[in-house]
Amino acid sequence: MTAPLPPPRLLPSGDAAITVEFGRAIDEWANRRVLALDRALADTPIDGVTETVPTYRSLLVHYDPVRIGFDELGERLTALARLPIQPTTEVRRWRIPVVYGGEYGIDLEDLARTLNSTPDDIVARHVAGDYRVAMIGFTPGFSYLSGLDDSLQMPRRQNPRLLTPSGAISIGGRQTGIQCLAGPSGWHLIGRTAVRTYQLHRDPVFLLEPGDAVTFHAVDSRQFIEQDRAAARGEFVAKLVTP
Amino acid sequence: MSKLLVTSVGPATSVQDDGRYGAQRYGLTPSGAVDRLALTVANSLVGNPPFAAAIEIGPFGAVFVAREGKVRVALSGAERNAEVAGRPVSFNESCTLGDGDTLTLGIARGGTFSYLAIEGGVRGEPMFGSLAVNARASLGSPFPRPLQDGDALDVDAAKAGAERRIDLPAIAVDPIRVVMGPQDDEFGEATDQFLASEWKISAMSDRMGYRLEGPTIAHLHGHNIVSDGTVNGSIQVPGNGQPIVLMPDRGTSGGYPKIATVISADLGRFAQIPAGRNFRFRAVTVAEAQAEARAMAELLRSLPDRVREVRDADMTDALQNANIAGSAVNAFDSGT
Repeated sequence: MTAPLPPPRLLPSGDAAITVEFGRAIDEWANRRVLALDRALADTPIDGVTETVPTYRSLLVHYDPVRIGFDELGERLTALARLPIQPTTEVRRWRIPVVYGGEYGIDLEDLARTLNSTPDDIVARHVAGDYRVAMIGFTPGFSYLSGLDDSLQMPRRQNPRLLTPSGAISIGGRQTGIQCLAGPSGWHLIGRTAVRTYQLHRDPVFLLEPGDAVTFHAVDSRQFIEQDRAAARGEFVAKLVTP
Repeated sequence: MSKLLVTSVGPATSVQDDGRYGAQRYGLTPSGAVDRLALTVANSLVGNPPFAAAIEIGPFGAVFVAREGKVRVALSGAERNAEVAGRPVSFNESCTLGDGDTLTLGIARGGTFSYLAIEGGVRGEPMFGSLAVNARASLGSPFPRPLQDGDALDVDAAKAGAERRIDLPAIAVDPIRVVMGPQDDEFGEATDQFLASEWKISAMSDRMGYRLEGPTIAHLHGHNIVSDGTVNGSIQVPGNGQPIVLMPDRGTSGGYPKIATVISADLGRFAQIPAGRNFRFRAVTVAEAQAEARAMAELLRSLPDRVREVRDADMTDALQNANIAGSAVNAFDSGT
């Protein structure tokens, strides 16, 4: 019999949500526990829980205070969170095409210079990574990936850009990300993908799920343009490798 | 079918309902009306479901015209001058616009957002179960953006029947209640300062967040935390120490510590505080906040029972009351 895991911290986020916190830093183990609790809640729903938001280190559980109170929900979440983590049998793995550098990744050259490297070498190390979707947030479809090569870590820009393009592939601190909508960002832009992680009138509207595995492969600008047209028609462009 | 034509409108006016839920895990914020009580009051007056889509009108004036038939509407929320063809229109009472009638609204007084509900609701194509406008995500219907001059909304023709009014309990002007956390431990004694101080809402506020003006709230360990989830009413404190209260168009996650959370029952009241007016926060327990949430749910449920038809009899009563009052005055006069 495996010993129960240490209990998470239960932090009230007002009267209609609980932040179930497993750690305070970006930490692979904390994120695994977040995703495990999220899965457990999907498998055995608790009446009154309305939706969940997994993040790097905590699971935000929204609930209806008319249907369930903080104390009862907190106890049930704690009990679920202490169960041993079941090994995930079916991890979905996506292969995502990226056009790196040039006008598609305007910070790649600077990043290479700062890291005493070359753009090709940075791309090689980024493509070699085995990533996981740790969380999706901020704007629709913005996917935060864990698993960035330590040598590619880079603090965020001093001055965030007010507008960065849709599909931007970027590096911010210990994270790499896939942006969907154009918007502000303080991360370093190294490339662009035609994959739309969020697209209305497509089934599914959101392509990636927290917990999915991701690898990147490099394409040229001609392939990007073709893929962008295909994606506009509703094709995934990203390839689902398993299951 | 009739049309409601938007002939003049300021910024921050959009179609809103209860919002869209279930996709916050994908970064999709719920949006929806900032003052749910006012939305449900306006809807109950025109016989709509409580959270039907209505027009959330920002602080500036607006002009609407009924076309191709009659349109029944009701106003609630922040009061403002309202008139149809020179006749004043009351808030919290339905009113039927004749074909071609113009409804003219002034600037908001003592609040920020008013709600214009339309009998039969707003016609549109729900996305994730909602018509609410979220301009950044190009969501919302019939327009995925705030309303503009010249927009025409397809609406039901007004049904026959009496107008309705509603008697509401007085809204308290107490402090805005908060539950401390989830990251109040990032602030130490600054939490006392947060609760003891007077605050104002900055004019630089919108449906994403209301910026607060007041003392600088200092962090104990810097202003970066690893991003975690946010809720409507999360009070995050960025590097400059000036808190921001997150509103329905917020980002679903954020990397600033959150000192406290506005309780759900006070979110609408908070959203209506005019820019520049002083207010305070008061901390309550989660149990107290949940009791208030249940009371608010009960009030929302009771709204249809609070609606009364405006009948000719009411007019007669009013006249009689006036006569009785008149007699009393006369009696008093004759006694002197």
